Amino acid sequence: MKVLRSINITIRRREHVPRIFELLIPVCSAVVGLVVCALIFLLQGIDPIYAYSEIYRYSLGGPIQVSNVIRVMIPLILCATGLILVFRAGVWNIGAEGQILIGAIVATGVALFVLQGNTNSALFIFSMITLGFIFGGLWALIPAILKAKLDVNEIITTLMMNYIAAYILQYLVYGPWKGKKTFGFPITDEIPPQAHFPLIPGTLIHIPTLILAICSIVFVFFVMTQTTLGYEIKVFGSNPDAAKYAGISKTKVILITMFISGGLAGVAGAGEIGGVHHRLIYNPWSISANYGFTAIIVAFLARLNPIGIIPAAFLMAILIVGTRALQITFNLPVGVINVFNGSILITMVSMEFFRHYRIVIRRSE
Amino acid sequence: MCENYEVAVLMKNITKRFHNIVANDRITFDVKVGEIHALLGENGAGKTTLMNILFGHYRPDEGEIYVYGRKVKISCPRDAIKLGIMMIHQHPLLVENLSVLENIALLYGIHDSLGLLLSPRKLRDKLTDMIEKYNLKIDLDAKVWQLSASQKQQVELLKALVYDSKILILDEPTSILTPIEKEWLFSFIRKMKRDGKSVIFITHKLEEAISISDRITVLRRGRVVGTLNSSETSVQELARLMIGEEGLRNERIVSIQKRADGDLDNKRIVLEVSDLSVLDDRGSPAVRGVSFEVYEGEIFGIIGVSGNGQTELVEAITGLRKVQKGRIRIDSQDVTNRGPRYIQSLGVAHIPEHRIKHGIVSELSVAENLVLKVYRKPPFCKGPYLNSKEISRWARELISEFSIVTPNEKIPVGQLSGGNIQRVIVAREVSMKPKLLIAAYPTHGLDIAATRFVREILKSEKDRGCAVLLVSNDIDEVLELCDRIAVMYEGRILKIISAEEATKEKIGLLMSGVDTIEGAQIDQHYH
Repeated sequence: MKVLRSINITIRRREHVPRIFELLIPVCSAVVGLVVCALIFLLQGIDPIYAYSEIYRYSLGGPIQVSNVIRVMIPLILCATGLILVFRAGVWNIGAEGQILIGAIVATGVALFVLQGNTNSALFIFSMITLGFIFGGLWALIPAILKAKLDVNEIITTLMMNYIAAYILQYLVYGPWKGKKTFGFPITDEIPPQAHFPLIPGTLIHIPTLILAICSIVFVFFVMTQTTLGYEIKVFGSNPDAAKYAGISKTKVILITMFISGGLAGVAGAGEIGGVHHRLIYNPWSISANYGFTAIIVAFLARLNPIGIIPAAFLMAILIVGTRALQITFNLPVGVINVFNGSILITMVSMEFFRHYRIVIRRSE
Repeated sequence: MCENYEVAVLMKNITKRFHNIVANDRITFDVKVGEIHALLGENGAGKTTLMNILFGHYRPDEGEIYVYGRKVKISCPRDAIKLGIMMIHQHPLLVENLSVLENIALLYGIHDSLGLLLSPRKLRDKLTDMIEKYNLKIDLDAKVWQLSASQKQQVELLKALVYDSKILILDEPTSILTPIEKEWLFSFIRKMKRDGKSVIFITHKLEEAISISDRITVLRRGRVVGTLNSSETSVQELARLMIGEEGLRNERIVSIQKRADGDLDNKRIVLEVSDLSVLDDRGSPAVRGVSFEVYEGEIFGIIGVSGNGQTELVEAITGLRKVQKGRIRIDSQDVTNRGPRYIQSLGVAHIPEHRIKHGIVSELSVAENLVLKVYRKPPFCKGPYLNSKEISRWARELISEFSIVTPNEKIPVGQLSGGNIQRVIVAREVSMKPKLLIAAYPTHGLDIAATRFVREILKSEKDRGCAVLLVSNDIDEVLELCDRIAVMYEGRILKIISAEEATKEKIGLLMSGVDTIEGAQIDQHYH
């Protein structure tokens, strides 16, 4: 007699999440993500092992490559630490991309038109960064005020304001700010050399923003753990009703967190101008380079914990740098790169499921 | 299949652990066909856990479940429903924006014998029949948000009827009901019994258990301490089983306090509410021209069936809701439409009605929750910086002073039991040494020990000279505690009576809108 066997699969909620999972889950999800992407490479007729070795070679293969990764980490860290602050307050700022652009515009404007002829390099760097911060913050305050006072959904406003920022940049580049020495190309003139951010010798890492990125991590960690503001952010973010009951001002929490978050993104934008591009160019997205959106992933991979920002930003930066190289080595269409990045991210996000659930497979007869 | 068996449900040696707490410890429990079986125990005794196991929300670590003599494995509520088990939760899970009919049709997809979906009309006819047969008081086309708590419960009961459930689990079903609604529910339960169904009735109220059930199983700290026939037991015996000998000894020590005399003339008015009108969330009047005063050193009770404007009144006084008309004065200072922070700063403490929703932040630690109202005052902060050491020290002090049961002050407050969460809130509010303490349903859903604790605190606050405003729907509670009692009905205060002239009957009648002096029903439709 034949015994019929069936496999019974059930999903169960974990009643207790083991500590080790905090480490295990990100690592496992990275591995699974790489396996999924290997299949995508195979479909494209590329040997995945070769592809991965190329990614490794171009991102971690030597000091220059690593310095490239660190250069990408800077804007990611600046944006992500700010995002941790707003996300912990339960405010969804999807507008870091636009806030970067505003920082970049202001930094360029200051360097080209305001401080013309000045020779003091420190003055340039200080004003580019400070004004980048202030204007990035002010830009973020618009959706913040709308949310705090009129309950307008900040996800939509911050997202749409990215495009407004991009169009402002394009208007300037095609119009009033178009360079005089650029042979009619829609780009601005290069900012004067004294406005270039100093680099770590032999690398492309711009020092002032690197320092600020590290400081921003310490700052957010300190705010969240040691200050009354951090306490108010946690209370408001976890239970707005209890915050109201305790007399915590909703407006204050939303405005302050959004201002800091937008400001840090603005600093990232100033850094991209002062340290990398040295001018505005007609394609805004090549300046912000998706850092504002990628930073959302970084913040969540770090589980909204400032300490987790560095490994999370490091991982994302490797992917960004490595896949840029892939594009060149294999002459891949940019779409494949996006599929690659997307697959890794989707795997990582879906692996979070296993933090709270486990799958039980039983064989029943 | 049920006719052949006498025992509907048998749960054998059930053990369930959470982390290292044993919620159910080798529990054996059975329910016969056509029996009403009460499951009695204090909060945290393991009643709801046991029933959640039977309904498939949790799986037992050890033990077996038999339904009508067959060993079963219940891994989710759907399995339980298929076996004919239905659980009516304390807080019904319904889609607020859908009608009653839609809620029943949509969530479950009712099948007829052919396995086809019943058409809405067929379903409607079926439901209408049941509503008539069981004398339910719900309109199938009403939206769920328009229903009262009792009507929502009836929707859940209707679900059980539609499913033809043979075993009905009711989790603390009377906690949200008025005396009249409770009587209705009991007659419904008896009707179910007559139809040969088994009912498991979870409660911590002794009289209720005796009056409704055939047998009572008493749980204490996760164990069965006895199963008794209701006709052969007494409230005293059940209390002894439920609380244990040590618990009762403590009760004897608590002395009965003499009520302060009603002489208010030389006392100061702390809270003065005059001609207050407040709107509810939907913009219709909830409080309609209410006036009263609360004096120092008295407990002023506001009693009424829930939903007669008490919630909105408390929110207006504490600054959480805009006042439409009228004045609120605290210590003769006008605080009408001032924010909650300002009102707090005048020495007003508030034990909120929805303790989880408003009173705590579940994810934050016990210590962080204990400073929710004082974190911005020294010594808990220095300028913009928090003083974590001082916060922890203060928390440990309050934990021991208010006997909060928690492993330490650092764990998230959401992991504490309901009674201990309320202790955290009470500790925080009372430690402010308030001038005015507003307590909204402070003992709702608490077990005997926690209830007694909260009432003692209210009394000691009164003795300290604090003005206490107690909002409650428990007649015994206001009679025990209050010096003066205001009965609220349809947004108005029908009458303020002093403790001496108050009786259970008088208050009960007023709560249902009948003024005993005029003896007339108050018009429900004035606006």
